[in-house]
Amino acid sequence: MIKITDQILDRDQIIRSVEVNEAGGICSFIGTVRNQTANKNVLRLEFETYKEMALKELLKISNQINEKWSVLQIAIHHRTGVINIGEDAVVIAVSAPHRKEAFEACQYAIDTLKQTVPIWKKEIFEDGEEWVSAHP
Amino acid sequence: MIIDILLFGITKDIIGSERYALELEGDVTVARLKEALTSEFPQLIKLKSLLVAVNNEYGQPDTNISSTDEIALIPPVSGG
Repeated sequence: MIKITDQILDRDQIIRSVEVNEAGGICSFIGTVRNQTANKNVLRLEFETYKEMALKELLKISNQINEKWSVLQIAIHHRTGVINIGEDAVVIAVSAPHRKEAFEACQYAIDTLKQTVPIWKKEIFEDGEEWVSAHP
Repeated sequence: MIIDILLFGITKDIIGSERYALELEGDVTVARLKEALTSEFPQLIKLKSLLVAVNNEYGQPDTNISSTDEIALIPPVSGG
């Protein structure tokens, strides 16, 4: 299941949502908000999205995974808005009959999300703010 | 024609609004739209990348744009 929400992500519920009896393993990735970047203290992150397009791009990732690997269930949930240090920004879970597919599909999901899904994060520092990756 | 452009992330800060109405004569492609916007807002050139979404799909330079299409500027994404 694909979801973009401004509510706190329930990581346990998201991981449980991919449980099926055919699964031999579940792989999850949880992206959390770090308290520093390049030796600067980060106070919080602010995420925004072009939601309609982002949902389409997330669905493409899910479809591509189903074409490439034999997996059972895929969940990708991304949070937007203000996210504080230590909180989850993204939770991905994939169940598969065997671990190799689950690991590979989970990595593909987060790597591709970071390249194609229209979501942007701004780092808020003590003395300013910056859109991440905007400039070379 | 007038093209209504949705703005996100740093492009919203550079242009100073959540949307921008651009007037262009004749046939409009993604490449022409980007050319017109970057000449009006030169700071857009400094971005690592700048893509244009046409009806929620990434457009190619030669993708045609009509006034009824939903157009959005996509600066470098940074989700996750």
